Amino acid sequence: MVGETIQSNWVGRSVPRREGVSKVTGRACYVDDLSLPGMIHGATVRSPVARGSVRALRFDDPSIPWKEFTIVTARDIPGKNVVTLIEHDQPLLADGVVNHPEEPLALIAHEDKYLLERARAAVKVEIDELPGLFSIEEAEAKRHVIWGEDNVFKSFQIERGDVGKAFAAPGVRIVEGEYRTGAQEQLYIEPNGMIAQWSEADGLTVWGSLQCPYYVHKALTPMFNLPDEKVRVVQLETGGGFGGKEEYPSMLAGHAALLARKSGRPVKMIYDRAEDMVATTKRHPSRTRHRTAVTADGKILGMDIEFLLDGGAYATLSAVVLSRGTIHASGPYDVPNVRIRSAALATNHPPHGAFRGFGAPQSIFALEKHLDRVAAAVGLEPEELRRRNFLKHGGVTATGQVLKEEPGLNALMERAMKESGWAEKRERFARENPEARVKRGLGLATFMHGAGFTGSGERNLASVVGIEGLADGRVRVLAASTEIGQGTNTIFSQVAADALGVDFMDVEVARPDTKFVPNSGPTVASRTVMIVGKLVETAALSLKQVLLDAGYEVGDVREAVRRYIAERGPLKVYSQYKQPPGVFWDDKLYRGEAYATYAWACYLAEVSVDTATYEARVEDFVAVQDVGKVVHPVLAAGQIEGGVAQGIGYALCEEVVWKQGRMMNGRMTNYIMPTAADAPPIRVFFAEHPTPHGPQGAKGIGELPLDGVAPAVLNAVEDALRDLGGGLKFSSIPLLPERVYETFVKGGLA
Amino acid sequence: MSGAFPVKCTVKCTVNGAAQELQGHPMERLLDSLRDTGLTGTKEGCGEGECGACTILMDGEPVNSCLVPLAQAEGAELCTVEGLPARAGRKVSEDRAALHPVQACFVSEGGAQCGICTPGMLVAATALLERNAEPTDAEVREALAGNLCRCTGYMKIVNSVMAAAREMRAGGNRAAPPEAGR
Ligand code: FES
Ligand code: FES
Repeated sequence: MVGETIQSNWVGRSVPRREGVSKVTGRACYVDDLSLPGMIHGATVRSPVARGSVRALRFDDPSIPWKEFTIVTARDIPGKNVVTLIEHDQPLLADGVVNHPEEPLALIAHEDKYLLERARAAVKVEIDELPGLFSIEEAEAKRHVIWGEDNVFKSFQIERGDVGKAFAAPGVRIVEGEYRTGAQEQLYIEPNGMIAQWSEADGLTVWGSLQCPYYVHKALTPMFNLPDEKVRVVQLETGGGFGGKEEYPSMLAGHAALLARKSGRPVKMIYDRAEDMVATTKRHPSRTRHRTAVTADGKILGMDIEFLLDGGAYATLSAVVLSRGTIHASGPYDVPNVRIRSAALATNHPPHGAFRGFGAPQSIFALEKHLDRVAAAVGLEPEELRRRNFLKHGGVTATGQVLKEEPGLNALMERAMKESGWAEKRERFARENPEARVKRGLGLATFMHGAGFTGSGERNLASVVGIEGLADGRVRVLAASTEIGQGTNTIFSQVAADALGVDFMDVEVARPDTKFVPNSGPTVASRTVMIVGKLVETAALSLKQVLLDAGYEVGDVREAVRRYIAERGPLKVYSQYKQPPGVFWDDKLYRGEAYATYAWACYLAEVSVDTATYEARVEDFVAVQDVGKVVHPVLAAGQIEGGVAQGIGYALCEEVVWKQGRMMNGRMTNYIMPTAADAPPIRVFFAEHPTPHGPQGAKGIGELPLDGVAPAVLNAVEDALRDLGGGLKFSSIPLLPERVYETFVKGGLA
Repeated sequence: MSGAFPVKCTVKCTVNGAAQELQGHPMERLLDSLRDTGLTGTKEGCGEGECGACTILMDGEPVNSCLVPLAQAEGAELCTVEGLPARAGRKVSEDRAALHPVQACFVSEGGAQCGICTPGMLVAATALLERNAEPTDAEVREALAGNLCRCTGYMKIVNSVMAAAREMRAGGNRAAPPEAGR
């Protein structure tokens, strides 16, 4: 047998990114860089209102040569008018009714992009408007029922122990709080885009900017009534995703494909920035209510948590976003009595969707913000309250999962405090702040992020990875996991190279193309390194075993592969995910091992708050985490730094302004993300405790950094202002200067 | 074909060191004219002068090519990401892997993740280093403040530019990093 011990020749080293040179030279081919012969351009006619019934669409403006256009409506869909995901409620094109602003009504295509834009504006849309729901409260109150019987896409209840008893225990303090988070736009710099081509003989091919080729594939087959082999999905170089290219590309691929089928020509659809911002998915807005029972010495006896999400008009991924947010809502703490009730509600906003963190940033914001209040209520420092409640090896989570690993949270927190100069600075800021116009503060958050799909998710996905030998002795990894900047190509090469004992450059990673690669599952949920990476490792080891069994010497694997192929023909092996023993999950009771393992972290923010301009700025940021073995230090740090910057935007400046369900600030001029000049130094530290579940001990990393930034920043803001008016409370993000000002006014300070 | 831009003009300029005639409506975006000639390294992220993905050098100055009308390029000397190696004296035609030090450092230091902001970042960074050989961290951040990156949090981009500055001051010619034949 091969491979009990794998030598780390490549894993752990910061080798150059595989597609790095093509990216820095401009040769990397993104969807807008590809042109096919005879290609025309497509555009989407969208609903101007949030909810209503469509009376008519008129293509009769005399200034437009309509005969030259391909026009598609719901009637042109050959199969089901539905974007297949979890539920089957979202149409590909609205048919009679609309449920959110910008809902697609019709599609038009023409070879002249400029004329196309004019034509789109000239389509007359007649809709009888209906009243809509535009907040969690309106959906809860059921003023109208717009989805199912009660506007509830999904609800969960998790119970551990006896919450009622905990709150009635003698001597406990009860601390309550309500916390809100706003929508957040993914704001990948490359907008969504897709090219489709149709022929009777070959069926449908789409090329696009996307995270999950097999999601798109699964959505296209029923739309066009095609067998699997007649639909091909190819991922091109993708300019960022962050979840924003997880489910939405299925819709866009369907649109481009409808136009291609009807026009008989290849069709390119590239959203401009404004369309991408107003029409595609964003992070779910949330409201969380906490009631906590804590003893005088800071032991948390009970948590009662209500967690609600605004899901927008269709179910899309809300049920699973809610699930992850719910499971993370009680954090990395060992609390004997917990009740978490959660729901995702329907409103008439465009559907909210996947965004890095996937529900966890919302519920962790609320918890970590709340814990500072709990600490204050019992007269403890924030770090001390956390220390007294951390989960430890053998501890039990809210879902009843007994931890088989030591999270080491206290050590992570100590490290963060040391790196930030916590003790010295807390003392100095307390001394200097009362006299200072610009006040300084420190805040922290401790948290975890479950790696891979929740509960039985990975078992159901049953992902497959292949590896094949090439004639020259190199190998090629076959997986549908996409490179979207996070480093998939590089990491798979490192993992396979070590498993085979070959050079990093002797491994290539195939472009995700459903015609050639198996379904290794979607590129989401921090699963690419840990789950799919492990499958790459397993497949590589099996390939080596095949060589051994066939009698080839594996001292030089490259030579063995070359000879095997020359002498025996093709060499290709696959590996498939199997649930590790001891990982059990009950979908009905929502109990068990929610995740095979977690990444653990403590983040610490230092902020300044200008009491004249009301602006809060992050001055320094320390991120300490255990993500298991770090496969590539530069890429790993890059993941954390990028996530922290997104988290700072989420906390302080990224506000989606809504009016009647419509995003009013869908431009980069008025939706503000951090620039190089605003972003603070972000200092990243890793503790490396390997997990048996990932290749050479690696865990998931991608989403973790979004979870802990906003609460650390807001805790720091409260710390900076604690000498003012008995302490100011900030419970919502984004915390724009206007909000800080309003709080000053309410506190009688402005 | 009934185009919205019926009037065409021909603009004579230099693109990446070679004389070129760009054709189109005088108000067409220079970004589109360049991309239409096959120079697709220059990207569009917003079309409104906010993201910097479309940054090119126009007579040595970084500009957002989505805001420049074609007519304005008459007589100008333009440089896109494809022209950077030559700008550093590397002969691209002879060695496809030849890179400007800024490009090489973005690969080695992790300055490019998804890569969509990268061409604009590289061009803006090159402009900075041509006028300031020894920038501070703050000067790099200021020079790149018009170029948005959603992936990196800017740390590795700043590191990459600093590394390139050091390399250029030392006059070093590093070997290009290897590229996968993906
Ligand atoms: S595309 Fe020109 S600045 Fe964004
Ligand atoms: S590397 Fe993706 S936007 Fe900068």
